[in-house]
Amino acid sequence: MKLKFLLPVLLFAGVATALGVGLTIKPGDLPSVMINQQVPEFDLPPLLDRPRGLASSDLTGKVRLVNFFASWCFACRLEHPLLNRINADGIVPVYGINYKDMPEDAKAWLDRLGDPYARSGADFPGRTGIDWGVYGLPETFIVDRQSRIVYRHIGAISPSDLENCLLPVVEKLRASELAANSIKLPSACQRSTQQIDLKSKLQTKS
Amino acid sequence: MIAEIGHFALILAFLTAIVQGSLPMIGAHRSNAAWMALARPASVAQLLFIVVAFAALMYGFVVSDFSIKNVADNSNSAMPMLYKVSSTWGSHEGSLVLWVLILALFGAIVAVSGGNLPPSLRTRVLGVQAWIAVGFLSFSLLTSNPFLRLDPAPLDGRSLNPLLQDPGMAYHPPFLYVGYVGFSMAFSFAVAALIEGRVDAAWARWVRPWTLAAWSFLTLGIGMGSWWAYYELGWGGFWFWDPVENSSFMPWLAGTALLHSAIVCEKRNALKSWTILLAIVTFSLSLLGTFLVRSGVLTSVHAFATDPARGAFILGFLVLVIGGSLTLYAIRAPLLKGGGLFAPISREGALVLNNLLLTTACATVFLGTLYPLFLDTFGGGKVSVGPPFFNATFGPLMVPVIAIAAIGPLLPWKRADLAGVIGRLKLALVVALAISFLAWYLTTGSVPSWAPLGMGLAAWLFVGSLVEFAERIKLFRLPAVKSWNRARHLPRSAYGMTMAHCGVALVLAGIIGSQAWQVETIRVMAPGDSVEMAGYEFAFRGVRQLKGPNYNIDRGEFVVTRGGVPVTRLFPEKRFYPVQQVLTTEAAIHTTWIADLYVAIDESRAAAGEGDGSWSIRIYYNPLVPWIWLGAVIMMLGGLVSLSDRRLRVGAPRRAKSRAPEIPSPQPA
Repeated sequence: MKLKFLLPVLLFAGVATALGVGLTIKPGDLPSVMINQQVPEFDLPPLLDRPRGLASSDLTGKVRLVNFFASWCFACRLEHPLLNRINADGIVPVYGINYKDMPEDAKAWLDRLGDPYARSGADFPGRTGIDWGVYGLPETFIVDRQSRIVYRHIGAISPSDLENCLLPVVEKLRASELAANSIKLPSACQRSTQQIDLKSKLQTKS
Repeated sequence: MIAEIGHFALILAFLTAIVQGSLPMIGAHRSNAAWMALARPASVAQLLFIVVAFAALMYGFVVSDFSIKNVADNSNSAMPMLYKVSSTWGSHEGSLVLWVLILALFGAIVAVSGGNLPPSLRTRVLGVQAWIAVGFLSFSLLTSNPFLRLDPAPLDGRSLNPLLQDPGMAYHPPFLYVGYVGFSMAFSFAVAALIEGRVDAAWARWVRPWTLAAWSFLTLGIGMGSWWAYYELGWGGFWFWDPVENSSFMPWLAGTALLHSAIVCEKRNALKSWTILLAIVTFSLSLLGTFLVRSGVLTSVHAFATDPARGAFILGFLVLVIGGSLTLYAIRAPLLKGGGLFAPISREGALVLNNLLLTTACATVFLGTLYPLFLDTFGGGKVSVGPPFFNATFGPLMVPVIAIAAIGPLLPWKRADLAGVIGRLKLALVVALAISFLAWYLTTGSVPSWAPLGMGLAAWLFVGSLVEFAERIKLFRLPAVKSWNRARHLPRSAYGMTMAHCGVALVLAGIIGSQAWQVETIRVMAPGDSVEMAGYEFAFRGVRQLKGPNYNIDRGEFVVTRGGVPVTRLFPEKRFYPVQQVLTTEAAIHTTWIADLYVAIDESRAAAGEGDGSWSIRIYYNPLVPWIWLGAVIMMLGGLVSLSDRRLRVGAPRRAKSRAPEIPSPQPA
């Protein structure tokens, strides 16, 4: 009977301990929820006039980039020539997810600027984007052979991001059979995520 | 000089609080009336000192005295006066002074107007209040002195965070704090009652107005915060389950439970130890919120500049206040005698169920908010818990809460006939089914299946609350004049409950409507382009550059028409604050009260090196969204109307049986 009344204070002792330990941990940047997770389930229809859509089951067996893009996103245009080059040189397959875009707009955009995507899918309702945790375009994910998300790049990819971060990660994943979470990210990756993190925080929520 | 006076006044307030917290408490223990009498003048003096300190700080902001570090960090000579004033509480240091100001104000109100309280209870309540003040004042003086000087003084200040330079944000913290601090009164009453070892109906009646006032202001504060997020962030959303939002929502949930359990305590003399526990928990959650926002244990963008030393201080304070009061509870609560018995199906039963569900919901939010921290603490790595968790757990818990809220008020105390009550709610049931069907029938696209049912649930509560009110005044069963007379003599708390429950129904409808039926378009638009959406045509006229007082503006212009008839013109903005190099979004919103037309401009093509004047534009059609804030305001007004009830104004008789009311005593909510 007495125990019932002791319970609140005992519970609080637990919470207070956790808070105390929490204080000593460096309040680091919050990583993407999705890192080291399987890609979320999805099955997207093809873009206008493209033969095949894109599903989560298509992402196994190879290391790939998954790029979220839209015709309304200007930063996407900045990185587009780079994606075209990756595709033309056969560096790594790029899969595209067209996010909250009008089908005819997306088609016109790709027709005009070139289509770097080995496979692409149309996420008109934005549901898949939400599942991937996308909050600002463009975003590019590196997915390993077991279709796990290894790295997330927020914002347009610059040539130096590609050289110093994305490609080294892709190479490491190809070279080793290691689990994705034991890949050590190059320092260039850390820097770009942190910068973007601050920026995206200001943009999304005070 | 003024700042030093302020600092000195804050120190005096601290010393006064120590005296107020010790001598009268000893006096109450030894029944020494002279020592006890000290509590009242001490609380008034404490208030005066803090008013001086707060005024001195505000003066520093108004005259832009950048030799004060806090002013230099958070203000700027170019800022409009409104935001100079609101910067007083825009920083961590200043918001603490506002906290203690409200705390002292409430204490002084008890001291001055608490004449009908038994002297020992009043003294102990003021004593507990004083100890809370000691904690916060020492926190302010030792770790977060707002009056720190800079030498040499900078020429200009660093300006308030631009996101906070907004009318909604300027007034939102004071309301939140009135809410938080109001719960400190319920806490002080609970601890005082535990010390005295006596909880009765009269006690519950004294606690109730404080809980009601705190709850009303917290409701308004949370509503304002979400309204701000809605138009300032440009994403069409209004609630993000951010740790800081959650830390204001948890006390609200616990406070709502407390509001309802205090009714049982007052009317039936039951649930005493539970009510006490809720009062402690509610204020503890307010304190925890303070800790989370200021310590840096959780990453949130709302967070004040984080500092582990401050975190350690608040944690120590939390352990003293919460740990101490819960220990006192563990010792004393078993001695409290349980009161009136009741059957499971009764108004008490409904209120108990309401309490269980609300506290479970509160625990869910608590777990979701702190889970990342717990996992990190025990070496589980860093994770973040997002809206999907909260929507999946919190949503279903609210369904029975809403369903019962319509039934509960119709149940009599002690024992009730559920079938009979449901029978009286036939009308609500029919309307709810009709609305569900209508929502399902009118939907053209795909919506989640819960959405039409949720709309039905909202209708159930809304109509159910009105049915209960109509029954009470015997509408249509007595001549209209007699019904009118009954309505006039109905206690205000009855009106308050009906309003608050109807407000909840509106909020629910607004949330579901905007989640399920929102239409969104993101497009690149050049001047002259137009988009059609939800029957409206949005014609983009282009973007002009303007200058604000301390920022540059890109202002877009949209002409909205419906079938060729002009509806409105909308001017969404992008603002750039050069001092802090920050961009903010100001969405343009036209409300029809059935839906919001919401336009935000994102970025210019010029950013991609092309200067054809086109922009990426987000347009949302948000059905029922205005009802969320309409509902929140009605809930708050319901709380205030209930607060003005005669029973609470004249105070409580020692025992409630002095007068047999002709109308069965209504149950306020």
